[in-house]
Amino acid sequence: MNATLVRAARALAPIFAGAGLSLLVGCSPIEPWVKPYERERLADPIMQLQRQSLVAKHNEHVREVREGSRGANGVQGGGCGCN
Amino acid sequence: MINGTSGAFLHSRRVAAMLLLAATAVLASAAPLAPTAPAPDFTLRTLDGQKLRLGEQRGRVVLVNFWATWCGPCRQEMPHLNKLYEKYKSSGFVLLGVNVDDDTAQAAGVASKLGVTFPVLPDADKRVSRQYDLSAMPSTVLIDRDGRVRYLHRGYQNGYESTYDKQIRELLKE
Amino acid sequence: MALQCVARWAADAARMRGARLAAPLAGLLGGALPSAPATAMSLPEDSAEAMYHLYDGGGVTAQGPALLVRKSLMDKVTLSGTYYVDAVSNASIDVVTTASPYKETRKEYGIGADYAYRDSLLSIGYSNSDEPDYKAQGVSIDVAQEVFGGMTTIKLGYSRGQDDVGRKGEGFFDYAKHWRYRLGLTQILTPRWVATLNFEAVSDEGFLGSAYRAAQVFGALVPERHPRTRSSRSFKLGAIGEIMPRTSLHADYRYFYDTWDIKAHTFEIGGSRHFGESFLIDASLRYYRQSKALFYYDNAPVETLYVSRNRQLSTFTGFAPGARVTYQYKQVPGQYEIKGHLNYEYQNYKFSDFTDIRTGQPYSYGAHVLQLLVTATF
Repeated sequence: MNATLVRAARALAPIFAGAGLSLLVGCSPIEPWVKPYERERLADPIMQLQRQSLVAKHNEHVREVREGSRGANGVQGGGCGCN
Repeated sequence: MINGTSGAFLHSRRVAAMLLLAATAVLASAAPLAPTAPAPDFTLRTLDGQKLRLGEQRGRVVLVNFWATWCGPCRQEMPHLNKLYEKYKSSGFVLLGVNVDDDTAQAAGVASKLGVTFPVLPDADKRVSRQYDLSAMPSTVLIDRDGRVRYLHRGYQNGYESTYDKQIRELLKE
Repeated sequence: MALQCVARWAADAARMRGARLAAPLAGLLGGALPSAPATAMSLPEDSAEAMYHLYDGGGVTAQGPALLVRKSLMDKVTLSGTYYVDAVSNASIDVVTTASPYKETRKEYGIGADYAYRDSLLSIGYSNSDEPDYKAQGVSIDVAQEVFGGMTTIKLGYSRGQDDVGRKGEGFFDYAKHWRYRLGLTQILTPRWVATLNFEAVSDEGFLGSAYRAAQVFGALVPERHPRTRSSRSFKLGAIGEIMPRTSLHADYRYFYDTWDIKAHTFEIGGSRHFGESFLIDASLRYYRQSKALFYYDNAPVETLYVSRNRQLSTFTGFAPGARVTYQYKQVPGQYEIKGHLNYEYQNYKFSDFTDIRTGQPYSYGAHVLQLLVTATF
């Protein structure tokens, strides 16, 4: 039951994403409510989690090698077959 | 559960779906429009405290550049705009730098460090930005001698300054 | 000599299954752009980073330098190159209980390119990792697209990796292949809050275990038997916001599951704050929880098709507090900026079903992770 759901979700995910995307981009009835000139706070380094790619890569590497899980961290990670 | 499903077919289908999504996304981004409506009039004070009104610049070609210290492309664009200002200011060209920083003092500091000589007009309450309904940072508006918006540039990429140069010259000739 | 060979074979050199992928830079799009998102994607700034990294814990010490250089070419494309060295001194629990400690060096280099066109950013990368008994190569392609007035950024990514698996004294005897599919969404909620959603599917095929590690069945050491395929899914939801002037708070949760029956939860919270004109300090706390793989046994009571005693596949929890200090040494707006960084994290792992053979108790260990960097953007 679980496996079927997962397979279905996997298959349909691109379609949902595509639909959502076109909705946002094309025929959206909602106007973007944060204007480009209101983004000052978002440019602050405190609003960015991964500031240096070397640091992010190292963190991801250390975790991926020692834990059984991987992915969804915004970094390609890995790069070895080591400890 | 153990035997995985990583067949080559599944991979290529997934890749195709992803690429299709990406293509849709890229194609869906709209092209910028160039309106020819009269430029909304505004009055702002310069950093020295002097009142400056757009309407009073009739008869001259005006370039209004909306910028902020926190916007990288804006900082990149500044020296180029300064060069254009120095080049054409004696020919009836006016360049106004409307700044949208919350902290005006910081904006003034950055402007002087960048060696900006054209007037910087702080718009901390975003009144003029809203008037012009900016959809990108930076935004550059070129206004002709009759006060009409002739060219609108959203964002800044290298090479835009030569386009500005051409368009200013064209508007000055009118 | 023979004894050494057998011992080496049985030891955990910690050559695990790999996720060897492409250039580290290619995926770090949103995070790598220090400027605010304008409604036009801008290329990452020219920069150079030099780092010294150190991992010390669980009997393993891995340290080395890492370098990154990023330069724009003709203002259309940004090229980047990285170089990373891992000098490993391994005396981990598996190594010391079945063999003798050893030293080894791994070198990795990567190259990447970014191209910005209006609202899109395209990144490609290649990486190559080299150590005496493991070679890994990877390529990746990522696309980031700003939509909805720049309030939403959609990211798609694909990576492909190919490894050669070897064993000391034997050469390369097998391969491993990897595929990664990434989907990311960054949504600006208010001028002060951003939410992120990430999804990643990873598939592996080939030799996914360790060439040296042994499993235990009925108290006897046998070579471990891992499946030759693995497929996993990962979902991560996060939010970050400025709660006070110059202070931000972030939280995220990640759920992971795969075809080896591993389920993992990751929680992380943290905050960042500016101090004075030059200092930026981050603090974070990470909690990790994992349930074991179907074929993992500390000491298997039955004969199964697949069996492993790889502690990375066991049931365990991890707790990691960390802090980062950034010092802005020099800043000339519009020209260049130089910063120094000191990052530290303490990682503590407690295993429920992996026994420390030396003591008979469930194993646990703590590790220090240190990163020292100098970065310059120009």
